[in-house]
Amino acid sequence: MTKSIEKLKIAIIGSGNIGTDLLIKVLRSPYLKCGAFIGRNLASPGMLSANSLGVPVSAEGISYIINNPDCCELVFDATSAMSHLEHAPVLKGLDKRVIDLTPAKIGLMCVPSVNMNDSAVEFNVNMVTCGGQASIPVAYAIGKTQDDVDYIEVVSSISSRSAGPATRQNLDEYIKTTEDGLKEFSGAKRTKAILNLNPAEPCVDMQTTIYAKVKNPDIPNLKKMLQPLTKKIRKYVPGYEVILGPILENSRIIVMVRVRGLGDYLPAYAGNLDIINCAAIAMAEEYAHVTAKIKQEEG
Amino acid sequence: METNRKIIISDPTLRDGNHAVGHQLSSEKIALYCRAADNAGVPIVEVGHGNGLGASSLQLGEAKVSDQVALITARENLSKSKLGIHVIPGFATIERDLKPALDWGVDVIRVAAHCSEADICERHISFSRSQGVEVWGCLMMSHMLSPTLLLEQARKMESYGAEGIVFMDSAGHYLPDAVRHRVELLVDELSISVGFHAHNNLGLAIANSLAAAEAGASLLDGCARGFGAGAGNTQLEVLIAVLERLGYSTDIDLYKILDAADLAEQNIMKNMPTISSNSVVSGLSGVFSGFMKPVLRIATEFGVDPRDIYFELGKRNIVAGQEDIILEVAKDLTQHKGKRIK
Repeated sequence: MTKSIEKLKIAIIGSGNIGTDLLIKVLRSPYLKCGAFIGRNLASPGMLSANSLGVPVSAEGISYIINNPDCCELVFDATSAMSHLEHAPVLKGLDKRVIDLTPAKIGLMCVPSVNMNDSAVEFNVNMVTCGGQASIPVAYAIGKTQDDVDYIEVVSSISSRSAGPATRQNLDEYIKTTEDGLKEFSGAKRTKAILNLNPAEPCVDMQTTIYAKVKNPDIPNLKKMLQPLTKKIRKYVPGYEVILGPILENSRIIVMVRVRGLGDYLPAYAGNLDIINCAAIAMAEEYAHVTAKIKQEEG
Repeated sequence: METNRKIIISDPTLRDGNHAVGHQLSSEKIALYCRAADNAGVPIVEVGHGNGLGASSLQLGEAKVSDQVALITARENLSKSKLGIHVIPGFATIERDLKPALDWGVDVIRVAAHCSEADICERHISFSRSQGVEVWGCLMMSHMLSPTLLLEQARKMESYGAEGIVFMDSAGHYLPDAVRHRVELLVDELSISVGFHAHNNLGLAIANSLAAAEAGASLLDGCARGFGAGAGNTQLEVLIAVLERLGYSTDIDLYKILDAADLAEQNIMKNMPTISSNSVVSGLSGVFSGFMKPVLRIATEFGVDPRDIYFELGKRNIVAGQEDIILEVAKDLTQHKGKRIK
């Protein structure tokens, strides 16, 4: 990878908490620049904040990209599953790569520490869920190191304050998408996802516990695989930490991770929002490198 | 006192009681108690995993029988009584759990959330209402909120379509005056029914339930012999006897509910619920009653005092569903133990 590549121009649709936090991360990235920050209401806190950062903003929604196709090569969709179903074909027609942060799940499920290379050749990738980003790398390691993975269960606790109205209304979609992701990446026969909102003050950090039932638990091998994997995750999510395990308790494998956020637009306890955004940025930066390489080769 | 006011009784012996046996109630036991409760005229019999529909898990304990087997068995053995379920969004989903449960013949759906999180229930409540069943909203661990904040959450549930609100003393922490105050406020301010669900950690389940009735509650929960999580719930047959003496009507036959309780003691309980020393600490510290078994197991494994775990969990405001934190607290306590000695 060359040190100074041409920055990849991206656009963000959705000016809520996720979109605004993404923007701050994009502005910090040496490989990305923001060509448009798109929402519906110029007076929303996210739009005002983008405006003050000198980023081109628009309240026209997807039409802005249709009318200004040069504003970006890649689009982060931080709207809703329903909106993404409308956006996806339009963006495909415009030849834009898409990183989907909604639970629409049109594209390949993407967890950068596990399938970055496979994701890099896709035109639309889905970032699963926050709980999925925290637990799937561990589930993947369990799938790789253990025989006969019968069951994986993931319990995430997030601070009530970090769960906005969309999260609260979409608990069922969160559960379904997380369970599908766990199954796909671990090969487990059955999976279950549980989400708890914790109202405790001061706010609790995001915490996720992974339980697994396997035939002959092999903790040393799991440890060996988990260490480098955790390191890889920490490269893009610095606040990711295994706080317990892997241990065998009551004949089940347990790993507990905690995610502290970077505290960009959202407070540090909102590790759940940070981890999915960090993963999306890591993926976009990978695209930037791939695109730069192609351009270089094309001369 | 001549009240003749009617109190609806909901009996979660086969749901909350499942906590007391590590969710190991068999279909035979479910069938047996359903028949006895039905025969006694219990209006609502609640059945399922201790944490309700879809909650069988490693985190909370796996149920001996699936939701499907439990509910179909109950349905077959209830003729007059309505079949109720407890549903916590975050565990149970509409597609995976609620829709099948409706097909199995559930009549009453109680959608529950931690007391400050009513809005996670919106879709589950409005979906259940649209299916034509009876829907209650339950606010768990309600002692953690002030009465006015509790009312605010209850109002949300009312706006989603709940026909009644049950506020739950999941930790067995209330004193009677606190219950009375909350019921009065909810009855005054809501246009739907108000119910109360007690735990007996401080020996006050009957007293608190009576306080709720006197203050205007129209539904009370009670379990045979108090069979339920931790120190247990309100002892149903005692509650019926006391309500009858005070002139409330419940439509339950006293002799038959006494018989049902005897039958439950002989056939479905491994141990009778008692207020153990740990239950007292659990009630004092305001920790969810369902934590009893994992706290005791993990305290033994890590060689720490379960009372220390309880007080630490209480300090951290841990809520139901966060059983994984027990491990973390126990681990912290073992590490700090060494330091304290120095």
